[in-house]
Amino acid sequence: MNGVHDMGGMTCYGPVKPEENEPIFHAEWEKRVFAMTMLGMGQLDTLDGFRHAIERMDPAHYLSSTYYEHWLAALETLAVEKGVLTPEELATGVATETSKRAEGPLPPEAVPAVVKGGAPCNRAEGRLTPRFSVGDKVRARNLNPTGHTRLPRYVRGKNGVIDQVHGTFVYPDTNAHGQGEQPQPLYSVCFSAQELWGPDTATTDNLYIDLWEDYLDPA
Amino acid sequence: MSNDHSHGHSAHEAPPNPYLEKHATPEQTAALEKRVQALESLLVAKGLVSSETLDKLVETYENDLGPTNGARVVARAWVDPAYKERLLKDATAAIGELGFSGLQGEHMVVVENTPDIHHMVVCTLCSCYPWPVLGLPPAWFKDAAYRSRSVVDPRGVLRDFGLELDESTAVKVWDSSAEIRYMVLPERPAGTEGMSEEELTVLVSRDSMIGVAKVQPPAA
Repeated sequence: MNGVHDMGGMTCYGPVKPEENEPIFHAEWEKRVFAMTMLGMGQLDTLDGFRHAIERMDPAHYLSSTYYEHWLAALETLAVEKGVLTPEELATGVATETSKRAEGPLPPEAVPAVVKGGAPCNRAEGRLTPRFSVGDKVRARNLNPTGHTRLPRYVRGKNGVIDQVHGTFVYPDTNAHGQGEQPQPLYSVCFSAQELWGPDTATTDNLYIDLWEDYLDPA
Repeated sequence: MSNDHSHGHSAHEAPPNPYLEKHATPEQTAALEKRVQALESLLVAKGLVSSETLDKLVETYENDLGPTNGARVVARAWVDPAYKERLLKDATAAIGELGFSGLQGEHMVVVENTPDIHHMVVCTLCSCYPWPVLGLPPAWFKDAAYRSRSVVDPRGVLRDFGLELDESTAVKVWDSSAEIRYMVLPERPAGTEGMSEEELTVLVSRDSMIGVAKVQPPAA
């Protein structure tokens, strides 16, 4: 969706303001939201579905809230949408139905393996033969889907060159919507700064972005 | 953006915008604490998470993961040309050699800064960041100013960090729009020729591995 999260190219937000000696978390609640999301979200939706839940936030709330408030909003949204919590439970904080889950929660001993093991998104199935090769000229499609996509507005319709072929990866546009992983080739595409931003930008500069095959046409 | 920098930052010196100030008054924080405690008790009651496991995960990200991991990768690449070659060819495997892997670092690419090329990394759509080597991202990496402007005005963003690049230096910005995570291999500063791998590790800053700073030479 063409949401406020798709920020690339805007110049209205002022200077970047690094914080001296910034702590890893700024409040206790941020720690809990971080951990609840990391351990609970996978039982509610995919990572792509989680990102889309953040994108569906009210835009004014999105801009005025901190990063972990985005996570909290998405966690609450998905817990209700997926039927784990009722809206009443969320409002009162009191569970009216107890869990019928066969599996208990992940034990603390399992954390190191989860963190170290990760969750790779490349696949040995799906569309395995890439349509494009390194050096091929491509144009990012002018797509404006109402659902989740990782094709930002600032590259749509622009011409670039395939820089790397990463392999076959889970496709976010379907995976976020319960339509399966539908893996397909993923590329790093190089755009010149002049192609993206016009003749006033430096001729030396480039932008690299990872785009799935269905975002691209030959140019 | 104009190339005339005589008016350089005027567009970025607007007065504070109350709509963009993050909600973090003591009252708002207290309300968030209460809401989050309620959610945790609900998710525990439903059997999705246990509080002990949440504690363990927080401890892991507070204590075991951070930019020191990435600094070790950089220092190794500076002293071991064969390692550097492996790192630039297959970063996930080379980083794994030092014991770093996992969530948000499953598919790593490392790009090398040189006197002629300066790389920097952003995620315009959310805040993707290579956790196993850099830890959790700083707030500025997740805020609108960096996410929006890094792609259209990277040299201006670097000036916000106090880094002025020569016009002849090519700037290459990497927007992490998929599950590939990027880390910059910064240039080794002059005057470090005699230093050990351990001494070099201490010099390497987080910001230099995001690509918004250079590694500073040791103080004389």
